[in-house]
Amino acid sequence: MEAFFGYGFFQRALLAGLFVAIACAILGVFLILRRDAMIGHGLAHVTFGGVALGLFLNVLPLGAALVVAILASLAIMNLKERAGLHGDTAIGIFSSVGMALGIALATLAGRFNADLLSYLFGDILAIDALEVGLSTVLAAVVIIAILANYRRLMYLTFDREAAKASGVKTAHLDVLLAILTSVTVVLGMKVVGILLVTALLVIPAAAGLLLAVSFKQALLFSSLVASLSVVFGLLAAFYLDLPASATVVLFSFLLFVVFFLLRRKKLS
Amino acid sequence: MNEARELIRVEGVSFQYDSIPVLEEVSFSIARGDFMAILGPNGSGKTTLVKLILGLFRPTKGRVLLLGKSVEEFRAWFKIGYVPQKATHIDPFFPASAREVVAMALLSGPHVAGRGKKEEDEAVTLALERVGMAAFRNRPIGSLSGGQQQRVIIARAIVNAPELLFLDEPTAGVDAATQGLFYEMLHRLNKDQRITIILVTHDIGIVNKHVTKVACLNQRLVFHGTHAEFCQSEAFKTMLASGHLVSHTH
Repeated sequence: MEAFFGYGFFQRALLAGLFVAIACAILGVFLILRRDAMIGHGLAHVTFGGVALGLFLNVLPLGAALVVAILASLAIMNLKERAGLHGDTAIGIFSSVGMALGIALATLAGRFNADLLSYLFGDILAIDALEVGLSTVLAAVVIIAILANYRRLMYLTFDREAAKASGVKTAHLDVLLAILTSVTVVLGMKVVGILLVTALLVIPAAAGLLLAVSFKQALLFSSLVASLSVVFGLLAAFYLDLPASATVVLFSFLLFVVFFLLRRKKLS
Repeated sequence: MNEARELIRVEGVSFQYDSIPVLEEVSFSIARGDFMAILGPNGSGKTTLVKLILGLFRPTKGRVLLLGKSVEEFRAWFKIGYVPQKATHIDPFFPASAREVVAMALLSGPHVAGRGKKEEDEAVTLALERVGMAAFRNRPIGSLSGGQQQRVIIARAIVNAPELLFLDEPTAGVDAATQGLFYEMLHRLNKDQRITIILVTHDIGIVNKHVTKVACLNQRLVFHGTHAEFCQSEAFKTMLASGHLVSHTH
């Protein structure tokens, strides 16, 4: 196993995977508690449209996906507030449109091929040095932004009205969360692919929330589950010759089950 | 009235929601040390008035002065404590300890800037002690009873040692015995800590026992004065006759 850790491709995958998974887990705690867990799913579909747009215009797909995801997340937020739609309805509209746009553009570009499939299913073991650098820095920015606004975000999540009456700029924080979620979904796409990115946002955070008795514990436990999922998921992918996206997600679910059983034991 | 004593001034405030008038031409003031009840039937604009004072809504007409400043320019939010309606409708799985819930409000103010963990802990412990919840500081908020959660929310509202405390129907759904203890605690905060309290309630028992001033709303301000004056007023008789006041044994 030691030799395996010596491989350059594994080190790159591990570094980017850990940073991205921890960013997803920390953000996921806030999204779940805000009843916004499915926004990751919606934005992932929109991201597919962004990737296809990048391929169609022959620009960096990751960059195009990032721009499209940020615009979509802000649009979802606005639609919720101004049209009085429920969050899941707004997400449903944009995710369908994003997917439809992706299919149309990818077909027009004539590149409905391996390029697009790698974004759909993720390919972290094939990640290059530039992508590692970009993913690690962006994930670190997401983590720092959340931790820097930790108390405000917690207050907003717990009691929006009281937070506002305490002078918290709730609208600014909503925009911040929307942008951070978009960045995280695009990064997660590289690790587990568009189809499974919701898993990184939801499963480790849900596991952490099962056992946490404080907010700090929720963030720590979620990050732990995310990290273990990446490490063991990558190892399993290598030894069992399976796609890393699948093994990372399956390991996170396994840990969720363990946390669930521990919670039941604790309650009994 | 002495300006230094006047903490809130509401001047000709009107508010419409989707073109439907909710409040019309409301004017009154609240002085330091008051324990004021805002009374009125459902839909009379009580909660809206509190939200207008706190800057959560903007009046369509008129203005609100908070501690001498227009509410739009007011920045010293640490001087205000607020317990919203349904504050104890808490997600039972929210993973915050009582300590974390109280510390949420430690966000701004000159006395907070640069505050270290030790000072923060002291402020949180003091607030929890004042509401008799210090022993529960590490318990998850969702595991506490409704009455205990309510105390923690009050601790959050007073952790910055506010000058003004707003409570919007804080005891809805809480049993009579717990309500009694709760209002005794509010009484002590008003008398001992000199916190000015604005309470939205339907409970005439509370009004009679603890409140010094009354504002009675029905879209318009139909009464504003002392508790003794209220008991002699037409507004009191009308509200009692229409069943808009209830009385619990405390």
